[in-house]
Amino acid sequence: MTEQQVLSVLVEDKPGVLARISSLFARRGFNIHSLAVGPTADPGLSKMTIVVEAPELEQVKKQLHKLVNVVKITEMNAGSSIEREIMLIRVRAGARQRSEVLQLAAIFRATPVDVGVDSITFMVTGSPTKLNDLLELIRPFGLMDLVKSGRIAMNREPKARKLRAVG
Amino acid sequence: MAMITGAEVLIKALEYQEVDTAFGIPGGAILPAYDPLLDAGFRHVLARHEQGAGHMAEGYAWATGKVGVAIATSGPGATNLVTPLADALMDSVPIVAITGQVPTYAVGNDAFQEAHTTGITMPATKHNYFVTRAEEIAQTVAEAFHLASTGRPGPVLVDVPKDVLNARVQWKDPEPVAMPGYRPTVSPHPRRVRQAIRLIESAERPVLYVGGGIIKAGGGEALTAFARMTNMPVITTLMGRGAISDHHPNTLGMPGMHGLYAATTAMQKADLLVAVGVRFDDRVTGDPDAFAPFAKVIHADIDPAEIGKVRVPEVPIVGDARLILEAMCERWGDRPTPELEKWWTTIRTWQERYPLRFDQHSDGPLKPQHVISRLRDRADGDAIVVSGVGQHQMWASQYWRFDQPRHWINSGGLGTMGFAVPAAIGAKAGMPDQQVIAVDGDGCFQMTFQELITAAYERIPIKVALFNNAAHGMVRQWQRLFYNERFSASDLGQQLPDYPKLAESLGCAGLRATRVDEVDQAIETMLEIDDRPVVAEFVVDRDEMVFPMVPAGGSNDIVLNGPEDL
Repeated sequence: MTEQQVLSVLVEDKPGVLARISSLFARRGFNIHSLAVGPTADPGLSKMTIVVEAPELEQVKKQLHKLVNVVKITEMNAGSSIEREIMLIRVRAGARQRSEVLQLAAIFRATPVDVGVDSITFMVTGSPTKLNDLLELIRPFGLMDLVKSGRIAMNREPKARKLRAVG
Repeated sequence: MAMITGAEVLIKALEYQEVDTAFGIPGGAILPAYDPLLDAGFRHVLARHEQGAGHMAEGYAWATGKVGVAIATSGPGATNLVTPLADALMDSVPIVAITGQVPTYAVGNDAFQEAHTTGITMPATKHNYFVTRAEEIAQTVAEAFHLASTGRPGPVLVDVPKDVLNARVQWKDPEPVAMPGYRPTVSPHPRRVRQAIRLIESAERPVLYVGGGIIKAGGGEALTAFARMTNMPVITTLMGRGAISDHHPNTLGMPGMHGLYAATTAMQKADLLVAVGVRFDDRVTGDPDAFAPFAKVIHADIDPAEIGKVRVPEVPIVGDARLILEAMCERWGDRPTPELEKWWTTIRTWQERYPLRFDQHSDGPLKPQHVISRLRDRADGDAIVVSGVGQHQMWASQYWRFDQPRHWINSGGLGTMGFAVPAAIGAKAGMPDQQVIAVDGDGCFQMTFQELITAAYERIPIKVALFNNAAHGMVRQWQRLFYNERFSASDLGQQLPDYPKLAESLGCAGLRATRVDEVDQAIETMLEIDDRPVVAEFVVDRDEMVFPMVPAGGSNDIVLNGPEDL
């Protein structure tokens, strides 16, 4: 599998921007793993976090730059950025397994948001690695449903200016 | 200030951009705009098909260097523009297309003649707009012209719903265009220029590999000066023909699949490619892994995405081709001109050993290369040559001698058959005092010849040299070479149609030459007639093939110089 790379793309908040970007990816044969779009602090601009599987990231960036509505592209790397996803999972948990599942979930700070007779639904946020680790451990209990948001990412403060490290 | 309609704003916005000619066809959704168009300060040429209007806008843009304008209605009018838009995107031709759209309240309801024009044309344009308020029309048109003509030029479409055209607003001059996501780099970085000059200085077998980017940038003079200073051989791609005069001693002509042997081989043996305004197209490189294996590469282009797309260069230079070449000239300064004696001796040997050649027997079938050569020798020195796509296009590029930029117009990247006739009309509309000759094949001609009615009706006297081999010639050539001579669906019928009669019925003069001794007379008559369009049909040998040839995907080391190399 091609390595995943994360691009943070600042775009003008105009109709059709998402279509332009997805059309570009389709046309050039670039693979989108996930894409998350939302408003930014500036009302005229939106931020897209795009996780791509493309061997030629330079070419992806250059092609994106050609779109008139794309304002800025930042390549995120694991060392200097914060990456988060949110995930909802429904896990099989009958009376006998319930406490064990809850215990495991607690370790990952997964919050139970719905409890049924046979299952518990958790919401969990964190880095992609953390979510994958949890999934691996919880799968044996029986994973009934899973929804993940696209990844979002933000650069950390440069080291010199950082007061203290959190999370 | 008086209130005017959105349609009037649109026409005024086009006048504000100093449009002098537009090509189009009216229809329901765009009708409001055609009313003020009657009083507009520019000419409207009524095409017979929107594809024709689009190619006319392209031909106009190519010939004049200005932005070409095409107007169409919603739905089928707009979808018929898709081919010229895609063509203009591939070949970086600055055109602005204005399309009508169903009223905003009907959009999305599958209304009569509704198509999602901005969606359909998104991958076929540099950018497109859907205008929702009449107040935005003038500014949008200004942005469209700016985008089309700056950076890497290209097509821009503006889709305007009918109710927006009918709305009443006040005219307001557009503001200077400022788009936060669009700031093309035009000035080259001095460090890159220094690096480039160092490589050129130390090269033993350098080649200037130049293309359409030079023509778009108006960099012909700087290129010629730089070639003189550095004594480098110059290779002009299909899109770059005319960037430097073919009579300049340093020019080797076109490289690639049907390029001249010396041009293709010089690149294969070069130790340095100075690539300016080119994109390492597959028709130039052949197998990219086997292309120019010994060469370091300096790649200069206005579009950063082209740099490193096919070949990673040692020195990338982003910027306008003219400014880059001028900066290189300045940096070169009074350095001595390299002799490159060994290199030139080798190149001259290739040129002598493998020139272009054909055999025209005095009583044999007419050879297309013979006709092209005679036409070239008799046409005006500053004639504009427009071609379609296929064998005739390759022969025209191989045999014509271009002295200046913007005198060779063709569909390179998209390879759009049917391009020649409408593009020639657009070129002639833009440059009425110049001879405009469409070199066309019969397959191409049959796709768009109805635009000759436009030419006749609008008094745009183009000349069409029609090469009739009763076949899709290039298809037939490939079937001969690669499909055991199984000529599937490439035969067009020898007598169908009767071209001179067809031409007469369209309001043009019609001529025919079938024998060698008829060629010169036909050419002379064709060039003389200037009060209406003229079609001169040349019935040529259908078995003639284009050589040299590098089979598709093959290495440029293996050039077939003629049938004997097969």
